[in-house]
Amino acid sequence: METVKATAKKETAKKSMRITGAEAVIRCLLAEGVDLIYGYPGGAIMPVYDELYKFQDELTHILTRHEQGATHAAQGYARVSGRVGVAMATSGPGATNLVTGLADAQIDSTPMVCITGQVARHLLGSDAFQETDIVGISTPVTKWNYQITRAEEIPEILAKAFYIAKSGRPGPVLIDITKNAQFDELDFDYKKCTGVRSYKPVPKPDNNAIAKAAELINKAKKPYVIWGQGVILGEAEEELKALIEKTGIPAAWTIMGESAIPTEHPLNVGMVGMHGNYGPNVLTNECDLLLAIGMRFDDRVTGDLNTYAKQAKIVHFEIDPAEINKNVKVDVAVLGNAKETLAEILPLVDKNSHEAWLQEFAKKHQEEYDVVIKNDITPTKPGLTMGEVIEEVNKASGQKAVIVTDVGQHQMVACRYAKFKESKSNITSGGLGTMGFALPAAIGAKQGAPDREVVAVIGDGGYQMTIQELGVIFQHQIPVKILVLNNDFLGMVRQWQQLFFEKRYASTVMTNPDFVKIAEGYHIKANSVSERKDLAAAVKEMIDFEGPYFLEVKVEKEDNVFPMIPSGASVSDIRLK
Amino acid sequence: MDKKIFTISVYSENNVGLLNRISGIFLKRHINIESLNVSKSEIDQVSKFTIVVNTTEDWVKRIVQQIEKQIEVIKAYYHTDEETIFQETALFKISSDLLFDEPLIQNAIRESNSKIVTVHRDFFVLAKTAQRKEIEAMHDLLAPYGIMQFVRSGRIAVSKEAMLISEMLEEFHNNNK
Repeated sequence: METVKATAKKETAKKSMRITGAEAVIRCLLAEGVDLIYGYPGGAIMPVYDELYKFQDELTHILTRHEQGATHAAQGYARVSGRVGVAMATSGPGATNLVTGLADAQIDSTPMVCITGQVARHLLGSDAFQETDIVGISTPVTKWNYQITRAEEIPEILAKAFYIAKSGRPGPVLIDITKNAQFDELDFDYKKCTGVRSYKPVPKPDNNAIAKAAELINKAKKPYVIWGQGVILGEAEEELKALIEKTGIPAAWTIMGESAIPTEHPLNVGMVGMHGNYGPNVLTNECDLLLAIGMRFDDRVTGDLNTYAKQAKIVHFEIDPAEINKNVKVDVAVLGNAKETLAEILPLVDKNSHEAWLQEFAKKHQEEYDVVIKNDITPTKPGLTMGEVIEEVNKASGQKAVIVTDVGQHQMVACRYAKFKESKSNITSGGLGTMGFALPAAIGAKQGAPDREVVAVIGDGGYQMTIQELGVIFQHQIPVKILVLNNDFLGMVRQWQQLFFEKRYASTVMTNPDFVKIAEGYHIKANSVSERKDLAAAVKEMIDFEGPYFLEVKVEKEDNVFPMIPSGASVSDIRLK
Repeated sequence: MDKKIFTISVYSENNVGLLNRISGIFLKRHINIESLNVSKSEIDQVSKFTIVVNTTEDWVKRIVQQIEKQIEVIKAYYHTDEETIFQETALFKISSDLLFDEPLIQNAIRESNSKIVTVHRDFFVLAKTAQRKEIEAMHDLLAPYGIMQFVRSGRIAVSKEAMLISEMLEEFHNNNK
C-alpha cells in the first residue's frame, strides 16, 4: 500500500508544475486546442501578454484595432469552424468594449470565451485606475462569467469556461482575472471539464414526445419545417435533410439557419421573417403542422404572435428548455440536440411526398419573382440594385463563398439572394443586429476557414463602425473580400422613414469619404463601380484576386427591400411592394 | 390571465454574482420582486432563494425556465400560496414608556401571539412570525401608539410537494463517476 501511494504522489508531482497564473492562462488555452486568439493589451492583462510573447510559436494573437473587433472576429471564427472563439482585453474600457460582442454572441448562441484583466485583488472596489465591474456589467449578456482572484483557480475555471461555452446551447463566457492572480504562482495541472453538477447542457430526448411528433408528421396534409441555427450548431444538417427528403416536407429557414441545406435543394423553399420570401411567410398561416427545428420564434420571424400559425399543430425541436412556450405555445416539445432527435424520429415517419402543397410554395415564389426578385437580380432600370451585386457574387464564387454580412438592407438582400452549397456559410448578426459586425467577423471567418473564399458584404453605415479593422487585414494580409454596398444612406432606417415616418429622413443621410482611398491607405487593393456594365468584371476581379480586396459598389440610393412584414403585422400581411 | 402571488424556490450553488444574475432576469422583464430571501438549504453547500412575485402564471413559468437555465442553478420551482407553508417575521421597536403607560398595548402583545425579544430602559422589541396579513394587522394595532422602528423579512416557504434536489445531485454524481 505504502509504495503504491508513494508512486502516485510522485506522478502527480511530475504532472503538475510551478508556474505563474499568466503562464497558466496560456497553457489552459493550449490544452483546449486554441491556436488563435484576438485581443488588445493593456495594464491589467500585461502579465498574460508577456507570456503570449513567449508562446507565440504555438498561439497566434491578432491585435484588433478595437476590442469590439476582437469579439466579432472570435465570433466569425467560431461560427465557421464550430470551435470556441477567444478574445482577450484589459480591464476597464478594454473590458467594456467587449460588451456588444458578448451580447451578440449571447443572442446568437456563439461559443466564445473572453478573458479580461482586472486590477489586483486588494484594489477591487477602490475605483482604481481602469477598474470596472465587468462581471456585473456582463452578467446579462453572458452564459456564465466568473472573477478569478487567486492563481490556483485558473485551470479549473478556464476548463469550465470552455466546457460551458461550447456545450448544450453555446454562448459566451467571460473570465475576469485580477492582476495578482496573473503574477502569483500555482501548481499547474490541467483537467478538461466534463460536467458541472448544476448544469444540464442537453436534455434527455423523450421517446413519447418523439413518437407523438412522428404521429403528427404522418397524419399531416400540409406539414412545414422552419429550421434555425440549432441545426448548424448541432451539426444536424444531414439528419434534417434525411427527414425532409423522406417525408417530402417543404422546409424554410431563419437567417441564422441559412446554408444548413443547399439553397437549390428542391425542398428548400426559402427564408422566413420580416424580409423573407413570400411563400414561406404566408404559408406559415396555411400549414396544418409546423415543425420548428432549432429556432426560437424571434419576433422578426413571427410578426404578430396572435395571428401566427394559429391553425397549425406545432412541434418544437429544441435544445434549450427555456425556449419552449416562450413566444409561441407548442403542442409537442421535443427536447434535445437536433442531431439526436432528428435521427430518432426518422425511422418513425412514413415515406411521403406533398406535391400539391409544394406547388403552393412554387406558385407563391412565382408571384414574388414577378413582382420583386426579377427586378432585384435582373433589373432594367438605371441604378445598380443590391440584389444584382449578390447575384454576381454567386456567379463569381460558384456559390462556394462564406458570406459575412453586417446589418441592414444589404444584409437582408444578401440573405435573400446569396446561394450556398455548404453549411456554416452565412455569418451574420441575427439576433442583436450589430452594425459593425461584418468586417471583424470576416477576419475571424477567413482564419477559421482558411481554405474558403470569404466575402464580407457591408453597408456604408456599418462599415464605418469598425472600419479600423482594415489595419488587421493589412498587417496580416488576411485575404478577405470586402464588398461595400454604398447608397449614402443608413438604408434600412431610411426605408422605415419612407414607409412609416412620411419620408422624414432624420439623420440617415451619410456624406461618405472616398472609401477606395481609405482602403488604399491600408495598401489594400481597391476598386469602385457605379455602372452596370462594369459590375460583373469588378466582382469577378475581386473574387479571383489573391489577397485582401476592397470593392465599393455605388447602388441606387433609395431602393427598398421587399417583401416586408411591417413591424407588428401578421406574416399573412407581408407586402410585395 | 390574472396576476397572483407566486413563490419561486431556487436551489443553487453558493457563488458570488448569482444573486445579480437571478435578479437580472426580473429586471430584464420589468417585473418587480415582492420579497427575496437567501439562505442555506437542507443540503450541505446548496443555497436556497425564496422569491415572491405578483404576476401571471405564464410569466412565472417563463421566469422559472430562465432561472433554471443559469449555470449555477440546480433547480427552480414555483408554487401558489395554497401549495406552500410560508411565513414572514417582523420586528417592532417600541418606546418602553408605552409598556407601562398604555395597558392596551399589553393586551395587544398577548393577543397577537408575538414575543418580547428584549426590553431596554428606553425601548422594547416585539417579534412576530406569521403570514403577511397578521403582521399587518399587528402593525395597524400598534401604529397609533407610535412605532420607533419596523422591519419585516422576506417570505420564507417550504413546499407541500417534495423537492428532490439530493436525488438530482446524486444522479449527476453517478453519471460523472
